[in-house]
Amino acid sequence: MANNTTHTIEYKTLSIVLLVLMFLTFVTIEITSFHLGALTVTAALLIAGVKATIVMYHFMHLKYESLLLRILVAMVFVLFILIVVITFIDYAFR
Amino acid sequence: MSNSTEKIEYVSYLDHKGKYKGLMAWIMATDHKKIGLLYMYSIMTFFFIGVILGLMMKVELLAPGETIMKAQTYNGVFTLHGILMIFMVVIPGLSATFGNFFLPILIGAKDVSFPKLNRFSWWIFIVGSIMAVASQLLKDGPPDSGWTFYAPYSTTTGTNVIMATAAAFVLGFSSILTGLNFIVTVHQMRAPGMRFFNMPLFPWSLYATAWIQLLATPVIGITLLMLIAERLFNIGFFDPNLGGDPLLFQHLFWIYSHPAVYVMMLPAMGVITEIIPTFCQRQIYGYKAVAISSLAIAGVGFLVWGHHMYTSGMSDEARWFFSLLTFIVAVPSAIKVFNWITTMYKGSIDVKPPFLYALTFIFLFIIGGTTGLLLGAVATNVQVHDTAFVVAHFHYIIFGGMGFAFFAAIHYWLPKMYGRMYNFKIANIALVINFIGFNLLYFPQFIIGIQGMPRRYFDYPAQFQPAQVLSSIGGFILVIGLILMVYNLVKGARSGEIAPENPWNGSTLEWTLPATPSLENFDEEPIIKENPYDYK
Repeated sequence: MANNTTHTIEYKTLSIVLLVLMFLTFVTIEITSFHLGALTVTAALLIAGVKATIVMYHFMHLKYESLLLRILVAMVFVLFILIVVITFIDYAFR
Repeated sequence: MSNSTEKIEYVSYLDHKGKYKGLMAWIMATDHKKIGLLYMYSIMTFFFIGVILGLMMKVELLAPGETIMKAQTYNGVFTLHGILMIFMVVIPGLSATFGNFFLPILIGAKDVSFPKLNRFSWWIFIVGSIMAVASQLLKDGPPDSGWTFYAPYSTTTGTNVIMATAAAFVLGFSSILTGLNFIVTVHQMRAPGMRFFNMPLFPWSLYATAWIQLLATPVIGITLLMLIAERLFNIGFFDPNLGGDPLLFQHLFWIYSHPAVYVMMLPAMGVITEIIPTFCQRQIYGYKAVAISSLAIAGVGFLVWGHHMYTSGMSDEARWFFSLLTFIVAVPSAIKVFNWITTMYKGSIDVKPPFLYALTFIFLFIIGGTTGLLLGAVATNVQVHDTAFVVAHFHYIIFGGMGFAFFAAIHYWLPKMYGRMYNFKIANIALVINFIGFNLLYFPQFIIGIQGMPRRYFDYPAQFQPAQVLSSIGGFILVIGLILMVYNLVKGARSGEIAPENPWNGSTLEWTLPATPSLENFDEEPIIKENPYDYK
């Protein structure tokens, strides 16, 4: 059942992805100049999450994988978000 | 798979001659079956060291005050007992031993996806284990924080906490790599015709376990690194004096360590799910419910860690929320118990040692599970938190559950692992002794726990002595049973009667192989049944 197919991604696509990642890095830095209070961490995690998704989707070839595998990766993200949110139920109300 | 029409000569994996000889043939082995055995030998060695430490505690607790060791020694002994038993025995126990040996066979594969990585996992496991034992022997003295390493005490104690946490960190890598290997193996190596929903249920449980290993273990790794960084560089993560939050340590620790309970228990449930249909000659009741409940336990099990922290000063909102989630996780566990018992209904039950061990597992697991509900509810938890009640509950789940499932598994699969049988009569006698010893050892701790006996105390008021003495006697009885059981199994494996290919009339793929499988398990492509439990 092994999948040995190779995929080639065009330089144009890779360049666009690179630019998007650089832009998001810039946003991560710039957003610290706004005083978002408790939302600072949320914003940082959201941007990091978007960047990680882009890297996995394009550079790690998730877009060529089966729906099942994509769902599994999505579940990991959902789990991570749940863990962070539940932890903050303690911190927010303590 | 060879296209040759000539029949491949059968050689047992135990007799296979590779590049290396003697001990090196084992250390350098990449065969999943030999790696499974390597894990089993290592784990059993650490288990008996842990048992000796446990027995030392029981002797110390025979009478109030100092009996055979000082308080600080007692702290070191329960810490090492916990580290050994948790990180080196019960977490890798079933998954690394029987998972390695039987996962590829049960899904019709020749090996795991990454055999060399599998070998590397065992090497790391040994390195981590040596570090854990070394932490007891180095000059600063054994760590005394308990296996939970709670901050801020663990950041300030002068004992060898860094070595012990580093050991747990290294052992975690072994667990992650095994989990990764199993996930890829299940996705990529299933034989043609084997879909997820006609895969046997032990691989299902291993698959769910592997996700926990892969996703939860890095959390404890990072946490322990933060602890080490705090001790070495005074970075204030957890110590309030440095601006840290000790509850953050507890959150991070239990985000891993509660799911780790399911790393221990899910494969145990998988083993029981294999044994019951075989000895009842009846297909499993509710196959899909059992399969999906494994995933549900793994998923919800990630979100209930806070029930270890009800008395820590956590917010009230978080306490009731964690309590709600804890009650939800009981549902899929109960589904499994219901399905096991329903499978037995109207079955042609063959009362052999593996089945008796499986029944014992169910009995002890129900006691452990129902007492867990008392701990899941905030109101009762605060009464018995950090008492002997928790010790009893925990051991009923982990030892009564995972431990007895391990014993069930070895009695079930030994004929396939070594090609020989053991003595049933001795196995049954050992089981009775183990059952009596176990309950005598742990049940009194429920009672004195409710009465207020704290855990991890080497001294106690005289009112608790009768129960402590009973518990200690139970410990000795249990050790006698364990020695008898291991003697019988070792004797069987070495010189028992030659086992038939299918001694239990099982229907899963391992029973289609010769008494000991060949190096690559299947010389011909296995025939995959639509229903792996094809009895009636």
